[in-house]
Amino acid sequence: MEYVTTALTGLVALYIFMLAAFTGYEIIGRVPAILHTPLMSGSNFIHGIVVVGALWALINATSPLEQAIGFFGVLLGAGNAAGGYVVTERMLEMFKPSNKKKG
Amino acid sequence: MNAALIIDASYFLAAFLFIYGLKRMSSPVTARSGIVVAGWGMVIAVAASFLYTLDVEPMAKPHLIVNVILAVVALVLGLGWAWWSGKRVAMTAMPQMVALYNGMGGGAAAAISAIELFGHKAHGGIGMSLAVLGGLIGSISLAGSLIAWGKLDGRINGTLRFTGLQAFNVTLLVITAALGAYIVYSHGAVPTLLVAAFFGLALFYGVMMTMPIGGADMPVVISLYNAFTGLAVGFEGYVLNNPALMIAGMVVGSAGTLLTLLMAKAMNRSVSNVLFSNFGAVSSEAQGEIKGSQKPVDAGDAGINMRYASKVIIAPGYGLAVAQAQHKLYEFVKLLQDAGVEVKFAIHPVAGRMPGHMNVLLAEAGVPYDLIYDMEDINGEFKEADVAIVIGANDTVNPAARTNKSSPIYGMPILNVDQAKQVYVVKRGQGKGYSGVENELFFADNTNLVYGDAQKVLVSMIQAVKSLDGGH
Repeated sequence: MEYVTTALTGLVALYIFMLAAFTGYEIIGRVPAILHTPLMSGSNFIHGIVVVGALWALINATSPLEQAIGFFGVLLGAGNAAGGYVVTERMLEMFKPSNKKKG
Repeated sequence: MNAALIIDASYFLAAFLFIYGLKRMSSPVTARSGIVVAGWGMVIAVAASFLYTLDVEPMAKPHLIVNVILAVVALVLGLGWAWWSGKRVAMTAMPQMVALYNGMGGGAAAAISAIELFGHKAHGGIGMSLAVLGGLIGSISLAGSLIAWGKLDGRINGTLRFTGLQAFNVTLLVITAALGAYIVYSHGAVPTLLVAAFFGLALFYGVMMTMPIGGADMPVVISLYNAFTGLAVGFEGYVLNNPALMIAGMVVGSAGTLLTLLMAKAMNRSVSNVLFSNFGAVSSEAQGEIKGSQKPVDAGDAGINMRYASKVIIAPGYGLAVAQAQHKLYEFVKLLQDAGVEVKFAIHPVAGRMPGHMNVLLAEAGVPYDLIYDMEDINGEFKEADVAIVIGANDTVNPAARTNKSSPIYGMPILNVDQAKQVYVVKRGQGKGYSGVENELFFADNTNLVYGDAQKVLVSMIQAVKSLDGGH
């Protein structure tokens, strides 16, 4: 059976947007202030997924103008994703409890 | 197997891993694994998207090889540069780096929007509207984040202000939005030049909106642009019929909005106040005379006094990190702990350059996070403390925020260091804080100032305590 991608139009898209918005709100709502900076950086990494959209746009480009903009988009998107990951990981790596010393 | 099925399944997996990773990131115990989980989601999604090459639009077929080469080159360049710069950046410079990466994401969203509009690829009223809206928000986020980065990095100094600036900005935004609405209304059948003008105006608005905001408020602005980029990504996801972009973008859009509100609340400001009041860099001249005098004390004497205290609370600020003195500070703290002194760190919500930044800087020096207390948890303990020592902080300990209604920082919650029996303030000279406000704490009867570079001061304190204990 041939699989066909479902078009996410109209209300279905609205449902996705609404549920995703509540998810984001609930996840961040109870976070201690000490993690605000890493979390801002972590959510910054997650919107780096935009690189996937830019890849689609570049692969389907039909003119030099579209190719140029698409190249720029993939470049920036990849920078967002990779940079966001590296700095978040570096920050979170440093959070350690003092059990080791006391025990 | 069907390529579309693999792509869609990968996106589903990626969306799950993003949300699960973000959830794990919200507790210090699991945070490290959270980013790794989310990272795998990204790897899977990017790898799967190369399957797009199996099913391109007929028009794009002749260009496919060039397009794929361009895609690989852009991916490698962007990834390589960001990986390299991210590994090198100092922890103190983290806020501007986050701003830079965030601006890049906004730029990518704007680029997708531009391709859709130039190539007439967005369809339907909703599709056109969201493509235009995503382009507008993405462009503002790109330009605004770059300005924020430049300001925090010291590349752009001063603030741009002129009479009627707010009116100018409102007019600019209205013209840009009207142009966007016209593009939607004509279903994209407009001259290329008009679309280019739309993006140009949106970028210009992003610059004009950020230029008047002072450096102290920049973290709130960066967080706001982070939410902006999320929204732009979500909107472009709708146009591309890509659920991974829609979910990830909207999760970040709402999480980022909430983070922005929490940050603004920690500074006792509203977001609109931050954006439109021009507080951050104003140095107020009309301030009352402060009574008393600044009493200096020798660093070694202060160190020995703390050695014989039973409870010491440390209030660190950005100046500590600038002097790169976190490691020396923790060394001193360990000496005090060995001598039986109870030591706690008190962190103001906006210590450092953004909320949580100081925790990161202390963690870098190896300070365990269970010695570190948030303001509301520790403010009641200052009156029981023998010594409160302020290192490189200023506005966050200024009692004027409680009492002086004419002070620009009036109403901001502060650390109650002035209630400790003895207060030491370590600072380089007699300068003012980031907000340019004079601090009456420095003139109080129970306050002594230790002048000097934080690193050198701490070395003297360590030596004084060590020589004392060595003499037994």
